[in-house]
Amino acid sequence: MATSAEVAAAVSAAHRREWAFVLAAAARLAPDLGAAEEAVQDAYASALATWGERGIPVSPGAWLTTAARRRALDLRRRAVVAERALPQLLPEPDPADDRGAVPDDRLRLIFTCCHPALAEEARVALTLRLVCGLSTADVARAFLVAEPTMAARITRAKKKVAAACIPYRVPEPDDLPERLQSVLSVVHLVYTTGHTAPDGEGLLRRSLSERALELALLLRALLPREPEVAGLLALVLLTDARRPARVDPDGVPVLLPDQDRDVWDREAIAAGLRALAAAFELGRPGRFTLMAAIAAVHDEAETWAGTDWRQIRGLYDLLLDVWPSPIVALNRAVAIGFADGPAEGLEELDRLAAEPVLAGYGYLASARADLLTRLGRPTQARAAYEEALLLTGNAAERRLLERRLAALRVVEPSAAASRSYSGSRRAQ
Amino acid sequence: MANYLMLIHRDESAEEQVTGQTVSEAYRRFMERRGSALRGGAALEPAATATTVRPDGGGGFAVTDGPFAETKEVLGGYYVIEAADLDEALAIAKEIPMPSGGVEVRPIRVMS
Repeated sequence: MATSAEVAAAVSAAHRREWAFVLAAAARLAPDLGAAEEAVQDAYASALATWGERGIPVSPGAWLTTAARRRALDLRRRAVVAERALPQLLPEPDPADDRGAVPDDRLRLIFTCCHPALAEEARVALTLRLVCGLSTADVARAFLVAEPTMAARITRAKKKVAAACIPYRVPEPDDLPERLQSVLSVVHLVYTTGHTAPDGEGLLRRSLSERALELALLLRALLPREPEVAGLLALVLLTDARRPARVDPDGVPVLLPDQDRDVWDREAIAAGLRALAAAFELGRPGRFTLMAAIAAVHDEAETWAGTDWRQIRGLYDLLLDVWPSPIVALNRAVAIGFADGPAEGLEELDRLAAEPVLAGYGYLASARADLLTRLGRPTQARAAYEEALLLTGNAAERRLLERRLAALRVVEPSAAASRSYSGSRRAQ
Repeated sequence: MANYLMLIHRDESAEEQVTGQTVSEAYRRFMERRGSALRGGAALEPAATATTVRPDGGGGFAVTDGPFAETKEVLGGYYVIEAADLDEALAIAKEIPMPSGGVEVRPIRVMS
C-alpha cells in the first residue's frame, strides 16, 4: 500500500527519468509512434491507478516498460486485424524484442525524431514531446506558438514518420556523421531557446535548458566515441555555467564583460572542460567542439580584460572552416576587434556588411557601434546604435542598446574605449 | 500508338483526405471504362509526407521536408521504386542523375 501522494510522486519521478526509455521500448512494438505514445500514456495512467493498492514497484521503470510494451503489442494486433489484407505493412517484431528493452532504444527514438526528412521545427517539437516527455502545451509555450498550432505540427510530423516509412533505427555508420549533425543541432536549438530568454518565460525556458543538458548527457552516454557529442555536452555545460551571472536582480540581461565571475558555476566549468578534452581526444574538432572551446576560453579568463582574444580569434578561424556561416564570420570580426584592435575589427566587419544574410541583422550594427566607440568616433557610433535599435525587436536587448547610446552621450570617447558591450554573441 | 503520363492535381486543403484508403466509386467507374488504356497509376500520400532531395552544388545533397518547390524547373521524368524505408528511398534518389533540379520522394498510398 502507498498513499496517493507517494504514488503521485513516484509516477512523476518515473515520468521525468524513464519516459524516453519506456517510449523507446514501446515504439519497437507499436504500429507507429502515435500508438507508442498512447501505450506509454496508458502505462503511466495505470501506474497511477494501481500502485496505490499494490504498492510502488521496486523498479518503476521496468514496471512501466512492461505495461507499455504489452499495450503496444495490443495496439499492434488491432492494427493487424484492421489491415489483414496487407499484413506486410507490419513486419513481425524482431525476436530480440522478447529479451526486453535495451538502453540503445532511446538512441533509435532520438534519431527517428531528428530525421532530416522532417522540418527542423518538427524535429525539435517531436524530440521534446517524445524523448523528453514534455506536454504539447509546454512545447507550445516554449516556442511561443498557440497550443493547437503545436499539436498540429506534432501530429503532422508523426503522420509523416508513419506514411513515409521513416525507419525506427540508429543510422548506418556511413550515414551517422550527417544524421548526428541533425540530432546535435536539435539539442543545441533546445538549449539556445532556453538560454536566450525573452521576457516572462524565464522558468519554463530554464526547464528547456535543463532538458537540453539531459539530452546532451544521454547522447554522451550512448555515443561515447563521437567527438561532436562530447563537444556539444561541453558547449552546454560551459555556457550554462555562466547562468547565475547572466541576469541581474531586476531581470535585465548582463553581458559577458559585466558579469560577476565569482558566481559562475565552477563545477559545471570543470565538467565542461573534461568533456571538451574528451572531444579533442576523440577526433578532429567540429562545429560544437570549437564553439565549446571558445566558451572555455571565456570561462577560464579571470577578468574580461584578461580574455585570451588571440586564442578566440584562432578558434573562430577554425570554426569558419568547418561552419562557414555569416554569423560565425561576424563573431570572428568581433574577436579580431579585440585581438588585433578596433580598426582591424572594423575593417573585417565592413567587408561582411555586403553579405545579404547580415543586412538587417541588429548585431552587425551594434558590433560596429561598439568598435566605432572604441575608435573614438562617437557620431558614427551613435548612428550605428540607432540602426541597431531599429533592427532589434527583443525588449531586453533594446534596453541594453539604449543604455549604451545614453552612455555615449555622457562618457568621453577615451573612457568609453576601455569598455565593450557587444562581445561575441556565440561565445556567451 | 503513343504513351502519355497523366498528372492528377488536386487541392488537398479543399478535399477531405479519404480516411478508409479505399478506391472511390468515381475512380472505380473510371477504371471500368478506361482500364484497358491504363498502364499503371496510384494515389499519393499528401504533399506533407514528401521529402525533396536536391544537389547542393558541392557534391552533397540537401534533404528537405515537403514537396519540390518549382521555380524554373519542370517535371522531367519519374520512377516508381520499391524500398525498405525512406532511408533507402532517399539513397536511391541521390543516385538519380540530376545536374540541376531535384527529386521529390513521395510515398504511394497503399489501397486496401
